Amino acid sequence: MADAPIFIDPAKCRGCKKCITACPFDALYMEGKLAVVKPDECRACNACIKACPFKAITSTAKAETKKANLGDFKGIWVFAEQHHGKVQEVAYELLATGRRLAKDRGCELAAVVLGHNVKDSASHLIAAGADKVYVVDQPELAEYEANVYTDALNQLIAKYKPEVILAGATAVGRAFFAKVAVRARTGLTADCTALSIDKESHLLHQTRPAFGGNIMATIMTPNHRPQMATVRPKVFKMTPPDAKRKGETLLEALKLVTGDTRIIKAERNASNVNIAEAEIIVAGGRGLKKAENLEQLKRLADLLGGVVGVSRACVDAGWISASHQVGQTGKTVCPKIYLAFGISGAIQHLEGMRGADTIIAINNDPHAAIFNVADLGIVGDLFEILPMLIEAVEAKNNGAK
Amino acid sequence: MHIVVCVKQVPDTTNVRINPETNTLMREGVESIINPFDEFALEEALKLKDAHGARVTVISMGPPQAEVVLREAMARGADDVVLLTDRAFAGADTLATSYAISQAIKKVNARPDLVLFGKQAIDGDTAQVGPGVSEFLDCALVTYVKSIKVEGDTYTVETQMDEGVDVIEGKMPAVMTVVKEASTPRFATLSGWMQAKKVEIPRWGAKEVKAEAAMCGLEGSPTKVVKIFAPPVKTGGVRMDGREEPSAAVDAIVKLLQDKGVA
Repeated sequence: MADAPIFIDPAKCRGCKKCITACPFDALYMEGKLAVVKPDECRACNACIKACPFKAITSTAKAETKKANLGDFKGIWVFAEQHHGKVQEVAYELLATGRRLAKDRGCELAAVVLGHNVKDSASHLIAAGADKVYVVDQPELAEYEANVYTDALNQLIAKYKPEVILAGATAVGRAFFAKVAVRARTGLTADCTALSIDKESHLLHQTRPAFGGNIMATIMTPNHRPQMATVRPKVFKMTPPDAKRKGETLLEALKLVTGDTRIIKAERNASNVNIAEAEIIVAGGRGLKKAENLEQLKRLADLLGGVVGVSRACVDAGWISASHQVGQTGKTVCPKIYLAFGISGAIQHLEGMRGADTIIAINNDPHAAIFNVADLGIVGDLFEILPMLIEAVEAKNNGAK
Repeated sequence: MHIVVCVKQVPDTTNVRINPETNTLMREGVESIINPFDEFALEEALKLKDAHGARVTVISMGPPQAEVVLREAMARGADDVVLLTDRAFAGADTLATSYAISQAIKKVNARPDLVLFGKQAIDGDTAQVGPGVSEFLDCALVTYVKSIKVEGDTYTVETQMDEGVDVIEGKMPAVMTVVKEASTPRFATLSGWMQAKKVEIPRWGAKEVKAEAAMCGLEGSPTKVVKIFAPPVKTGGVRMDGREEPSAAVDAIVKLLQDKGVA
């Protein structure tokens, strides 16, 4: 049996239970008048060590083998994901946050672009806050391939040693950053909702939801570099570009591995909306009763310049493709406006949309859970309200013209 | 063809709560389930087995009680299963977990044709272990897979990307992570259950998979949890009854949309 990361000296423990209250992981319990640790639950956060008034608890973890070269790592990087030359919005959002972090850390902020024919993006990235832009512009990087992209970024990490690297938690960012982190043998925190530089340790504090959004955890990577994190689109706000900003562009030529896979077809059509990036989502649930009624949602979404989202029930019923699903087994969305029609608000759904700025819910059940997160909750018949709302928005739009 | 599927037993996250007084996780009475995304990965493996004939090995890393999900996998049609369990693995983050699982896969087969994962586990939601394993196994990675076709040593897969569907081709071996858009998982058969119930499930620890202690569990985990806390609760929402006067409700919606710069 492995030892627990902490040792409770039975001679010193007075059974005051302060450690039990302090433990965030439920890893301590009382056995008679002594506190006992569950080795499997203890995460060595050392909260109990600080809480114990009798100094009865000590850490058994071996002194962390500090990497002597941690100080060599400097600067904050943002991976600027681009598709066919167009930088994804999340990269600009991260540069805005990166600016703040770089100021707090007193360091430089750089953007990294991997792709082909992407040199033009550098000026936009500088305007968005980058002091430096590393560009690798090679045909092998035209399309995302996990191994080739990992190779490119890891070569840059080895050469320039950034202290922090951030990426958008997109389909590409999430997968490829996980490979980069393992290759660099460092830590990575996915889907952060808050980032800050700790004043004392100067480490990156990475906060993210876990257990389906039921708890939040703050994580750090103390002894490995770079410290890596991904952030979902729309979690951070962009700042307006400043065309007068000055920055340096460094073109890197790399010798890259050959890709393992190749894209033979990329289907892009209007029905493949990325709801995760949408600013306005008009969503429907079981309360719509039948597939045809989704048309009305679509109508309202079009009028508002938004997209249609649905709860799991609609996908399971075969009304619409799973790419529209919001929630734990669907997508997490952070729009400005989330309109929920006939969605009861199962916790799996709430987890996917509670990040919306403004939530408007319409449901005929006054006790529907969706009302607990709604800024405006309307108890009513969606079949009555939805057509009236469409009419009202139409009238407004026409009036504006 | 040999396919390894990695599954995780997860708490049904609908029921995990934080105790507001002590700030600790309340896990009592929380039911454990097979991670829903892993069911899609298993189904893809079983479909390939149906079509081409394949050995399907299912691995799970977790406490001894995670055996339940392996029996379930076997009842659905997996050929053999392994439970990777050891106190030395406790507290592993995604790096240490990827390492331990890749060591177990190497023991199962030095070069399996396909290694499948669900796109992410619903308790951690990181989506990092599949890609991490591809790194330790030094093989191709294809994520967000919604269908797999195999011909000879070549695979053609559809992947669900943010902007649409990509069709990707490559040669095995490969690590893939599977999304919900794949086929509906099958149910276990009665005869499957009868068989699965009797099977003795091998349990491998760090020693059996030749995992280095320094790369396992807490010690092998670069990330440290500093604190956990309850998410902020939304307050101040306005409630209206739109049953009597729906027009008033519509006016309120339009006004709010306008205030937010929409419509």
